[in-house]
Amino acid sequence: MSTPTLRLAHEPALAPAGIAPGQVSGHGAGGPAPKRIIVGYGFWIFLLSDVIMFSAFFAAYAVLFKSTAGGPTAHELFDLRNTAAETACLLLSTFTCGMASLAVGHRSLKWTQLALLLTGLLGFAFIVLEIREFASFVARGAGPGRSAFLSSFFTLVGCHGIHVSVALLWLGTMMAQFYAKGFRQDIRHRFLCFSLFWHALDIIWVAIFNLVYLVGVLPPELLP
Amino acid sequence: MSEHSDFEAGSYVGADRAPGRPDERTLAQEVRGYLLGLGLAALLTIASFWSLQTREIYASGIAMALLVLAVAQIGIHLVFFLHITTDPDNENNILALAFGVLIVCLIVFGSLWVMLHLNHNLMPMDKLMQMQR
Repeated sequence: MSTPTLRLAHEPALAPAGIAPGQVSGHGAGGPAPKRIIVGYGFWIFLLSDVIMFSAFFAAYAVLFKSTAGGPTAHELFDLRNTAAETACLLLSTFTCGMASLAVGHRSLKWTQLALLLTGLLGFAFIVLEIREFASFVARGAGPGRSAFLSSFFTLVGCHGIHVSVALLWLGTMMAQFYAKGFRQDIRHRFLCFSLFWHALDIIWVAIFNLVYLVGVLPPELLP
Repeated sequence: MSEHSDFEAGSYVGADRAPGRPDERTLAQEVRGYLLGLGLAALLTIASFWSLQTREIYASGIAMALLVLAVAQIGIHLVFFLHITTDPDNENNILALAFGVLIVCLIVFGSLWVMLHLNHNLMPMDKLMQMQR
């Protein structure tokens, strides 16, 4: 199958003098980049815009951290064992997602599906832990309506949780597509975007568990 | 160009690379790369949790230590999992990332700076309430 999208129709496939066609290298010398590169770059731009949205939530949380309105503080609420379990789930799932990209690169359907299944299970365990934590907060009267601090906390961490849930749906459709359509080029491009998304979610969680949970349980007199 | 060619070695038209794609290496080397990333990330995670229990760190500096550990771990994830490296093929991805980091820093530190100064310059809420009575 040819891939006509790789080169624009009106643009001749010219290589610079002295370099054989097909062996060109360097910047801009080889004509338009392969579609895979463009897909990855475009999705990378989207991920960065997502990170910028999260940074706004982080800023709101940092500003409102002490506005507890007489309600429970982070120090009283957070349970670090739960946070550690969530962190372990996401870190392992980001590794298994990496294994899935290797399996896709080597065209092994069995290993791809196995690695994706593990990724999904770990991600699901993370979501369950998070929902249990949120439910316990609400049961203790520390819901998102209790104080500005809790509103910003639920917005920031909940937004990450929604991202993970959507990614789980996406993961399920990727498994189905690999099963039904095999390692077609467009499916692999979708999978590239998915793996980037999953790794980026773990990066956001790294910031959350360090700066929200671990900094949050410090005694108030130790905070800047 | 065959259907599979865009994943194979030496098939690039240009030399640009997408994020999330490792070099052309053997499977064992690739797995080792991911394992190394996992190990380093796990070490930094443990260090973060450990810093709360230890007395080795000056107490007022723990928050700053956690910030540094978070940035370090994000760096590990970028290099080992997203394969953002400093080689010239990654130039576009690096530039986009640098711009993203700039905006993130502006939003977070800018908000904190402005809001903390506002807090500092405004009358405390309880005094304000008393004046309203």
